Amino acid sequence: MAQLRELRARIKSAQSFKKIFKAQELIATSRIGKAQARVEQSKPYADEITKVLSLLASGVANVDTPLLTERAQPKRAGVIVVTSDRGLCGGYNANVLRAAEELQSLLREQGKTPVVYVVGRKGLNFYKFRQRKVAASWTGFSEKPSYAEAAEAGRTVVEAFLAGADDDGENPGPDGVLGVDELHIVYTEFVSMLSQKPIAKRIAPLALEYSSEEEAAAARAELRSAYSFEPGPEKLLDDLLPKYINTRIYAALLESAASESAARRTAMKAATDNADELVRSFTRVANQVRQAQITQEISEIVGGVEALAAAAGSDD
Amino acid sequence: MAEMSVQLVAVERRLWSGSASFVVAQTTEGEIGLMAGHEPVLGQLVEGGVVKITTTAGETVIAAVHGGFLSVNADNVSILAESAELSGEIDVAAARRDLQAEDADERARAAARLRAADSAA
Repeated sequence: MAQLRELRARIKSAQSFKKIFKAQELIATSRIGKAQARVEQSKPYADEITKVLSLLASGVANVDTPLLTERAQPKRAGVIVVTSDRGLCGGYNANVLRAAEELQSLLREQGKTPVVYVVGRKGLNFYKFRQRKVAASWTGFSEKPSYAEAAEAGRTVVEAFLAGADDDGENPGPDGVLGVDELHIVYTEFVSMLSQKPIAKRIAPLALEYSSEEEAAAARAELRSAYSFEPGPEKLLDDLLPKYINTRIYAALLESAASESAARRTAMKAATDNADELVRSFTRVANQVRQAQITQEISEIVGGVEALAAAAGSDD
Repeated sequence: MAEMSVQLVAVERRLWSGSASFVVAQTTEGEIGLMAGHEPVLGQLVEGGVVKITTTAGETVIAAVHGGFLSVNADNVSILAESAELSGEIDVAAARRDLQAEDADERARAAARLRAADSAA
């Protein structure tokens, strides 16, 4: 049976682990609320820009802007993978990376070469460890993304997208930029406190999303009122679309941040419960050991007394 | 006075919304003044612009708006900005410092913030 001293040390370490997990759980819980509030706060802008964009896109009769037209022969597809910077969040990163792998094999089947862009240190390490190429990465803000960071990432991918995959294999084409023909983003959707779902979406060329048929009809109806544009509609579209992509990336980052905190809370809650369980079972064993020791000591004393008594009796 | 509903939203939050009687903004083509019943317009705002809203209650809301769009349709005005600050929130000292910044964009933004703060005072 194990030594009492050893068991006590293990109980102590399990207890201090438990404290760490509990603290992490509490931190994560408070961050979920904040992250969700930020998702809410970013909604008005996202809604408005979608409205303006759909107006404009359907208003310009023959839209010939690269962000709206499908390329004839897409060769390379950009995939933005949103992961976390820190671990201790259960299957959060594993799930989103698996979804990214699935998307990439799907793209390969369609004859497109996936180009990976990574947000978050965990994802970057995943690809580095496997010695796979990462076109660009951004780290250090997964728990609290700001729009500036989303715009930074957006600028890089939009530039690659506008350059297009006119390249010859790994050599950049005449424009000197190794471009892509499509942009996808893989992030984690916040379904509820207990459930987060990895999700892959195409953000460019973009298909305008209407949440309902009525909205689409409303957008069409609105168009009939003649709009005047300052500057011209084509120029406006060209300026608006990169901003729209930034908004989509920003929304994905915010949603992922909320999911990350929720995943961390769940994982840390499970870890706290496990530590509790460990402490309980170790304590039980330790008590048994202690009791056995006491019993043994008593029987030794009793044995000793009897032996002494026997020895004293034989003297008489 | 006729009124229109105005939304002033930045990427990270909604700054102001309510009913107003008069809105002034600068698009890349020039200054634009909006009153209820204005023809539908979609415009790009200048970098480092100042938007001035006169509410129906007669108060004035002023904001420094950077990199934004303006959409006017049937008595609805939406001002979308990449970043924006209401005049009351502007840190004048920080804006003065930013006037010396390397980046031309940064300088334009600082100038807009100062202008917004000045016209509110």
